[in-house]
Amino acid sequence: MNKFDSYREEALQKWDSQIVHSELPVIYLGTASCGIAAGALDVLETIQQTLTELGQPARIIQVGCIGPCYLEPIMDIAMPGGPRVSYTNVTPQKAKKILQANLAEGDMASKMAKGHFGDDSFSVRTGIPKFFDLPMLKPQVRVILKNCGFIDPEDGDHYLAQDGYLGFLKVLEAGPGYALEALKESGLRGRGGAGFPAFKKWELARNAQGEQKYVVCNADEGDPGAFMNRALIESDPHAVLEGLLIAGYTVGASQGIIYVRAEYPLAVKRLKKAIAQMRSYGLLGENILGSEFSFDISIKEGAGAFVCGEETALIASLEGKRGMPRPRPPFPSDSGYNGCPTLINNTETFGTVPAIMRNGGEWYQQFGTPGNYGTKTFSLVGKVRNTGLIEVPLGTPLRQVVEEIGGGTELAFKAVQTGGPLGGCLGASQLDTPITYESMRDQGSIMGSGGLIVMDESTCIVDMARYFIGFALRESCGNCTPCRIGTRVLIDRLEKIIRGEGEAHDLDVMRAAADTMVKTSLCGLGQAASNPVSSSLNFFLSEYESHVHDSYCQAGVCKGLFQYVISAERCNGCGVCVKACSSNAIQGKLKELHTLDVNLCTQCHACVEVCTKHAIIGVPLPAETDHLVLSEALQ
Amino acid sequence: MSTLSTPDLAEDLIDLTIFSRQPHQLIPILQYCQSQTGYISRNTVRQIADFLEVSEAHVYGVASFYTQFRFEKPGDHQIRICLGTACHVQGGEILSEEIQKIIGIGPGEISEDNKFEFHEVACLGCCAQAPVVEVDGRIYGKMTRKKLQKVLMGYE
Repeated sequence: MNKFDSYREEALQKWDSQIVHSELPVIYLGTASCGIAAGALDVLETIQQTLTELGQPARIIQVGCIGPCYLEPIMDIAMPGGPRVSYTNVTPQKAKKILQANLAEGDMASKMAKGHFGDDSFSVRTGIPKFFDLPMLKPQVRVILKNCGFIDPEDGDHYLAQDGYLGFLKVLEAGPGYALEALKESGLRGRGGAGFPAFKKWELARNAQGEQKYVVCNADEGDPGAFMNRALIESDPHAVLEGLLIAGYTVGASQGIIYVRAEYPLAVKRLKKAIAQMRSYGLLGENILGSEFSFDISIKEGAGAFVCGEETALIASLEGKRGMPRPRPPFPSDSGYNGCPTLINNTETFGTVPAIMRNGGEWYQQFGTPGNYGTKTFSLVGKVRNTGLIEVPLGTPLRQVVEEIGGGTELAFKAVQTGGPLGGCLGASQLDTPITYESMRDQGSIMGSGGLIVMDESTCIVDMARYFIGFALRESCGNCTPCRIGTRVLIDRLEKIIRGEGEAHDLDVMRAAADTMVKTSLCGLGQAASNPVSSSLNFFLSEYESHVHDSYCQAGVCKGLFQYVISAERCNGCGVCVKACSSNAIQGKLKELHTLDVNLCTQCHACVEVCTKHAIIGVPLPAETDHLVLSEALQ
Repeated sequence: MSTLSTPDLAEDLIDLTIFSRQPHQLIPILQYCQSQTGYISRNTVRQIADFLEVSEAHVYGVASFYTQFRFEKPGDHQIRICLGTACHVQGGEILSEEIQKIIGIGPGEISEDNKFEFHEVACLGCCAQAPVVEVDGRIYGKMTRKKLQKVLMGYE
């Protein structure tokens, strides 16, 4: 038995005795960043206190993100011999009650339980559904997220016990040819968004001439509204590291680098820990597991620049320069970091590789559709009821993601932004589009890295376009003129329209600027930066026109282009808005229809925020209003 | 914000010898210096330039490209409002205005008593908990005006 086998054996035994057949109750708590933001650390403190008070020993395992972030904080309890039961939206008070019931009273508090991880008979007995049968989770397939929420990301033994590093062992045994063949057969495409076949990139890097080669993991997740990479690294860092290790061996590199956002301190901390564990297992260093292969991994923290997600800019940043893209060729596979052949893949791409190597390329083809095999993670956020991290097979229709997994929107659905700030806005008529690289492109958007932001009728499309272009403007590195000037032209026109000063030809100017940027910008950022404008002009032209011709913002977002009224149909006279209004503009008795005085209203939005009936709505201004004067007065 | 503060000669020099003198070390060195003193001072720029044998302009040019680096002493409490896409959709900008009302300073500014510093940032990666506010590294999710008042009171 070699050393690694004995580590694995130990890890399996530990998993069995401490988790599967634990004599102690096991308490799981999701403490990835989203859990922490929802208050998981306060819950953790309460768990520790309550255990002391009860005098009951139990094993607390801090796990990563299991997906449905809207249910955070999520606390699970597995009593000895019983399955793991999930309790959601747990507060410290609720945690105490649940623990007391379970540990002291032998009652699993089934009314408070959301789901369990046992078998069908447990559901029948207790009336608690299976966790993965919840509407948000049922249509999902977990390949990349397999371990997320199940293992302690800071305990390497947990990863080993889940067949960790067996993919690498297989490749080490079968040789680089096997890895390339499996990757080719799997059809895996770059999960950063461009969708370039992964095996081609790997093959180019393998065939490139050079003594020194590098493999780089792009974890500079700069898309606002996307957190898939953060969640994966925080919940299962070894999966990404194993992918990097396999890539290093396959292309003949001796050094791996992870370029990770400095804004993700927890991810950085967990990567550092995981790398140290790899070293102790003998998976890093000279002659790994007695082979000829020597490899090491270092972490480089990004310093905050969206454009560094572009591979040549990322390399410039690694070299200690301003992160500005350069023209390709030469491609990084020929001349990358320090002029050496360099393979760059996205975090999710690396995170998928171990499973493909363990199970073979053909296995991966069972997910997705021809040309778009496999699964993809998305961060599903915005106005959907169920927000969180999801994983679905490629080819899944957008509608299923928004309506079934996301649980739909409370107000009428308006659009979904795919592909981050460089993607496009797709409307209700496009919801039946299957999610593939090609179909997203054909619809005028992109797959991107996986941000899905859902908007409802309270979101203004023009304001969203301004938001995205504002982002691109700030993040444009300024190297090439079309992007630097184009984003400025677009934002000026959009702000003009939002102020109510828009003219019909502004829309033509924006179209022309967008077209120029697509055709002439140097890098992917500039070429795609105008996507939000072009796609929204295509699919939501009427909303632009209503701003320009009627000085009316249907969504009630652009100040001075609407006035608030209280809808008689929706108002139930609860009085909450009366209290929220700081300018005494709303009057009304309890249980009677409230009224709003537009002359006192400052459009501060406070009433809209508190009204659960969505009764405060924006309507067009009376024809005689001078909206410019109004707009100025409101500012 | 983007100009270098005047040299503070009393400031201690930072020990850079834990780094190798290679050009690719510039960003890690800048990150290390900022972690030591809270910001990149004129002195620090000079020291790094000497250490790596490059011009001060090069050091400042790289540092000013990245949003992470700052050139002024930080305030006691760091308030950051996320204006990522999800937070924007969920009303992050309205919350930003509210914060500015409460603490009386705009984005990128430090209060006169040096107590608060406020920034609008692109994305904190907690999109499912939008809108989020971060104070001194602690993230508060699903923020409302009411909760905001409470949270900020805790740092008064």
